[in-house]
Parts: sequence; structure tokens; C-alpha cells
Amino acid sequence: MAPARDVAVVSVAQTAQRRAAAGLSETEMIQPAIRAALDRIDASISDIGFTCSGSSDYLAGQAFSFVMTLDAVGAWPPISESHVEMDGAWALYEAWVKIQAGHADTALVFGYSKASPGDLPRVLTRQLDPYYYGPLWPDSVALAGLQARAMLDAGAITEEEMAAIAFRNRTAAADNPNAQLRGSASVEELLATPYVADPLRRHDCAPITDGGVAVILAADDHARRWSDRPAWIRGIDHRVDSHNLGARDLTRAPSIALAAEKAGATGTFDVAEVHAPFTHQERIVVDELGLAEGTTLNPSGGALAANPVMGAGLLRIAEVADRISAGTAGRGVAHATSGQLLQQNLVCVLEGE
Amino acid sequence: MGQQARADDELLHAPLVIEYGFNRTTGPVVGAFLTGLREQRVLGIRGADGRVVCPPVEYDPTTGEPLTEMVEVGTEGTITSWSWVPGDREGQPIPAPYALALVRLDGADTAMLHVVDAGSPDAVATGDRVRIRWADERSGSITDIACFEPVGGAS
Repeated sequence: MAPARDVAVVSVAQTAQRRAAAGLSETEMIQPAIRAALDRIDASISDIGFTCSGSSDYLAGQAFSFVMTLDAVGAWPPISESHVEMDGAWALYEAWVKIQAGHADTALVFGYSKASPGDLPRVLTRQLDPYYYGPLWPDSVALAGLQARAMLDAGAITEEEMAAIAFRNRTAAADNPNAQLRGSASVEELLATPYVADPLRRHDCAPITDGGVAVILAADDHARRWSDRPAWIRGIDHRVDSHNLGARDLTRAPSIALAAEKAGATGTFDVAEVHAPFTHQERIVVDELGLAEGTTLNPSGGALAANPVMGAGLLRIAEVADRISAGTAGRGVAHATSGQLLQQNLVCVLEGE
Repeated sequence: MGQQARADDELLHAPLVIEYGFNRTTGPVVGAFLTGLREQRVLGIRGADGRVVCPPVEYDPTTGEPLTEMVEVGTEGTITSWSWVPGDREGQPIPAPYALALVRLDGADTAMLHVVDAGSPDAVATGDRVRIRWADERSGSITDIACFEPVGGAS
């Protein structure tokens, strides 16, 4: 079903993505990105109809932490806002629905976290069910290792191919001033490094990142007023696979293919940004999306070069939109994931005029 | 971004303990499974397609219909995937190193997440046979299974 209203990304801005934003609160860290996203289109918060953020109380160490972070938007004027305890890409989806429903014409969306203060792989165990998985404290890297092993056993990928994925992403990130890991050792050198969680080596895992990204959406003429070249959202959909890891075929993520189908992500794309925090997961995402040869994949370096939890998915949308608005891409697809082992997936198709 | 980060020695640090102090009822399916573990029995549940899901789920993964037929499965099984956990983290069920693994118990059609006390990554492989090592004191928790251990030591 075609959306009722044309909605576009009209501005994006991100923080520097770095290992630790020491001395900054989440609010202080994300505020400059929100300000920059508004400044790029010469807008103020009073021009925004709806504000929605994605962040994690477990990383902030405080219940309803997003309420504190709203200080970054400003105490005045009063705003209509919401929040998801998910990646900011899902906050963008909520804002998109809000605009489709006619309850707003414009929206500010942001996603962010500071993962540096805690032990991220351990904190992420709290995403799991509390009866069968949670009491085992299975850290996110070891869990991803189960998926990588399943792919290696099935012949769906090799350790060399995994290293090549890390190499390609981090080499691309050399041109991205916001990326955390810019440039890469050779594939041969990467393969000579020890396992951190056999079968995963350090380069197979996304870095731990503090950072965030802000995106402004606008409908119809509002978008045209703010941008000479809006990145129109032609389709967006999100789907979920079972949280029962032992009942899934871990070499696949059918929810990506389903979301892509519902979002109309067929045909060719100039650019694709996919959210794969582990090298082997990029293979799954690309296969499920059915990306054609020749698509420029993760020109930003992707999550393997900078992975602000709760922001890295929204960042994929921002990177595609930025290239469309800059005129270096005509049509692109962005993918975001939330949860463990590609459990939840969102696909967004963006296009210039 | 024009922000001035303070030097680390100027920062104040304090421990923070997060607690969500509420109790949950585990219900007729998860509760039956956990009670079974206390008695050294492992229960799965029969899905709409006849396959046995273990650990059991309340609703069929495909059709969504409520499931009720509990089925006892074995205490030995086969590793379907694994990764190596080299270092200790608070809360882990046994001291590291060990393998995090998916184990399909005999009589079940899906795999259970747990850990295998294998000693070294060279001593564990997909397809290996493992059996449950029960905890001495059991309280109705997934950690009533202390861990899995290799059967016969072969790999």
C-alpha cells in the first residue's frame, strides 16, 4: 500500500563517533548533533511537530533516561514527543507513522548512547528473555559467535571472507571523518590475529562507541521548503524473527527479506548502508536484501567502523539520505537492526526527485 | 564539536547498582519446565507441526496457537553451534573458559542455549555429544543445569 503522504529526510547531523565521550553526559554529547541538524535547514525546535528518540536506559544507568536527554532539545517551547528503547531507526518509523496519520508535518528523530561507562557485551545480555537466556549472562560477542559458527559450518561464509568484510568497511571509513575506526590492516594481517571468542576475531566485531545521530523528517511541501533535494522515503517496514535462538536457522534472517518486500526494496540501488555489528552478519543482510552487484555497500564504513548502540541503525538511514541530498546517489536502501543476532530488522528505501 | 572534555582525573566516579525489584510468575509452560529441572527432568512441548520445542514455549512459533502437550526429552544431546568464552564476566554459570553452545537434546527438535565445560576450544566441535551436569542445589532455574559436559570425552 502506498503511503498517504510523501515524507523525506531533509537534514541529518551526527556526533563524532568515538570510543569514549569522556566528561560528557548523553545530553551534552547529542545536543550539538540536534542543533546542527536544525541549523542545516535554518529551522528551530518550534518548527518541529513531533520529536522521537531511541536510546537505552540500561546503558544510561537510569530509568526514563531519555527524559533527561530532552534537555538537548530545549526546555521551551513544549514539544510533542515519544521514545523507543530501540535503535533510533524505529524512532524514525514512529515519526513517519505520526506524519502519515496527519498528526505532524515535521519531526526530529535522534538515536544515541554512551556504551563506554559499562561492559557493553554484558549489558546487552539484558535484552534476552529472563528465564532461558538471561540467567546464563551470554554476552553479545559469544552469542554472535554461535551465528558465525553456524554459517562457517554451513559453508555460508569463510573466515577469510569475514576478514575481507572488515577490511572493506574500515577502509571505506578512512574517508569518513566521523568514523571511529578509519583504515584497516590487510586481510592477511587480520587473519593472523587471535580469536576473541572463537570463531570471532576482534575485527569481526563492531567497536564500542559513544555517539549519536539526529535526522529531520518533513512531509510534502514542508520538505521542499527545507531542502532543494529531499531524500524521499519511498518505503519503510520492520519485521521480527523469533527470539528463540535455538529454533532459528541462524544463517538466515527472513524478517529482513520480508521487510524489504514490504518496503518495496527491489530493483537496483546506487548505495546501500546495512547495519551489521559483526562481519558475518553483513553477508546475511546483503543476501536477504538481494542486493545486486554494483551497489556501493557501506561507503561510510558501516557499524564495523562506528557502532553507537541505539544510533547505528538510524545512522545508516542518515548516511544514505545525505548522499541522495548531496546528489551523489539517486536511490538507496538503508537497513537497521535491533536486538541480538539480527532479530529485528528495518528496511528503508530512499530516493531523490 | 567544540566540546571541552575534562581530563579523566577531574571526573567524579561512583558505583551505581541498578535493580528492578519485582517478582514474576512463570506460568504453566515455563513454570513446568523450571520445576522439572529441579527434579532433574527436562520438558519440551509439542508444536502444531508435531515437532518438540525445548525449552518449551507457550505459543506455537509458526501458527501462534497456545501449546499444552508437555513432552519429556533426554538429558543428553548434540551441539548444533558453539563459540568460545575465554574470560570471566560476572554472573556466568561456570568459571571461564567454556563454550557457549546450542544443544539439541535427544527427543527435541530445537536447541537449548547453555554452556559446555570443555576445557579448551580444541575439545569441542559442532556435532559433539554432551550431557547435563546437574547443579547440587536446584531451585527451579535454567542454572539448575550447571553446564553440559562432553560424553566420552571424544571430539
